[in-house]
Amino acid sequence: MNYRSVFDIIGPVMVGPSSSHTAGAAKIGRVARKLLGTVPIEAAVTLYGSFAETYQGHGTDVAIAAGLLDFDERNPNLPDSLSIAEKLGMKITFTADRQTPVDHPNTARISLTDGNEMMEIVGVSIGGGKIEIHEVNGFSVSLSGSNPALLVLHHDRYGAVAEVAGLIATYEMNISYMQVSRKQKGSLALMVIQTDEEIGDDLVTGVSHLPNILNVAVLT
Amino acid sequence: MFQTVEELVKEANSRSLPLSEVMIQTEIETTGKSRAEIIEKMSGHLTVMEKAVQRGLQEEIKSRSGLSGGDARLLKHYIEHNESLSGSVVLDAVSKAMATNEVNAAMGTICATPTAGSAGVVPGVLFGLQPKLNPTRDQMIAFLFTAGAFGFVVANNASISGAAGGCQAEVGSATGMAAAAAVEMAGGTAEQSAHAMAIALGNLLGLICDPVAGLVEAPCVKRNAIGASSALVAADMALAGIKSVIPCDEVIDAMYRVGRMMPTALRETALGGLADTKTGRALKERIFGLNAKRSVSKE
Repeated sequence: MNYRSVFDIIGPVMVGPSSSHTAGAAKIGRVARKLLGTVPIEAAVTLYGSFAETYQGHGTDVAIAAGLLDFDERNPNLPDSLSIAEKLGMKITFTADRQTPVDHPNTARISLTDGNEMMEIVGVSIGGGKIEIHEVNGFSVSLSGSNPALLVLHHDRYGAVAEVAGLIATYEMNISYMQVSRKQKGSLALMVIQTDEEIGDDLVTGVSHLPNILNVAVLT
Repeated sequence: MFQTVEELVKEANSRSLPLSEVMIQTEIETTGKSRAEIIEKMSGHLTVMEKAVQRGLQEEIKSRSGLSGGDARLLKHYIEHNESLSGSVVLDAVSKAMATNEVNAAMGTICATPTAGSAGVVPGVLFGLQPKLNPTRDQMIAFLFTAGAFGFVVANNASISGAAGGCQAEVGSATGMAAAAAVEMAGGTAEQSAHAMAIALGNLLGLICDPVAGLVEAPCVKRNAIGASSALVAADMALAGIKSVIPCDEVIDAMYRVGRMMPTALRETALGGLADTKTGRALKERIFGLNAKRSVSKE
């Protein structure tokens, strides 16, 4: 079950023209922005499959830029995102990779930096505005089903996972799936936490203020 | 929680509930949100749809490429000043479907149903039926939950992505959803809704996604027009007691398998179909210039 709510079908409310190539693309860009946690100064976007073939016509480039600006899919400024990004000095390059085979035709890889930190994600737009994140900084992410998910970048320290899980419990929310990945002991790590309930802004803010937490993004 | 149309219909019948109510109660169960919250959100979506229809019928809409815009108004003018061939309810629905997709193509605000490229069919049929059936606002909201219930089954058991399954997954699904919801609004049974969906989707099997220049404009706007008219015809057939020979869930499964067989060129890559015609290619050159040259050979 990839789709969980009736509003995945009747929705989202969004700026046109494509739920997968515009709204979904904006969401992927926004997850990258949230995980970087700051304003990117440079972003390299590689588009695969149908994204590579039709990104200009569908406004996929415009939508990803909007996401990198932290715009959501219904932001009325979405159509002007490329010029807004340029004014802010954000350098975004788009490459259409028509050769590399991908599992899903609507796949984008985004590498971005704020000058200090680097972030790279691979996102897939599965249709109707729903997205999946398949990779974060080289960590492969496997999300089961379609429940809301928190992506938490953190330092690999004892207690980091317990603090996040504890906070979620205070909201009387149930964790349905959890994955923790890290490159090596003590380095940067990624928690992927799926919940049965919707994830509110206050929980996201709460998690981001916990010790050892770097950045937090939400998938709904 | 239903996963198939059969289960959806069974649940509605065993609990003596309309299909829309089964969807609302499922939503309450899975999200933990209150009924009032869920209804209010759908009501907000209905308002977005209504505004898009009005914009498309009243304003001078033109997309950046110039490939779409203004056809909904042409049709509206025609209905008002001529004795049309297919009748005012059908054409009213068609003009409202086109209005929505023209707004979408111009990067206006719409509600995806189930996608943006197919966003015209469901509101087109809903607002097209409004003058005839005089539904209350609650009934209009119920229409969207019923449409959503059928789309939910398609999305989870097949696909609603043109890149994955072709236009049959988008306009095909939307047409089935609208047909099923129209049956409920007209007072039909849950089984009749399922037959309407099966008839509507069954007739759009194999529909490819071939957007000219990769834009969600041609043939998308007109595919929504035909989708809206087919939905009404399929709904009337089901209300007349006509049944789909193949059950709805099997039609959905067939759609999924047809999508898997479809070559990439016919799944939202703008490399086949109408996009790969002399005029289609020329339009791409004109709109995006020399860098729009194809770099992938045909399969």
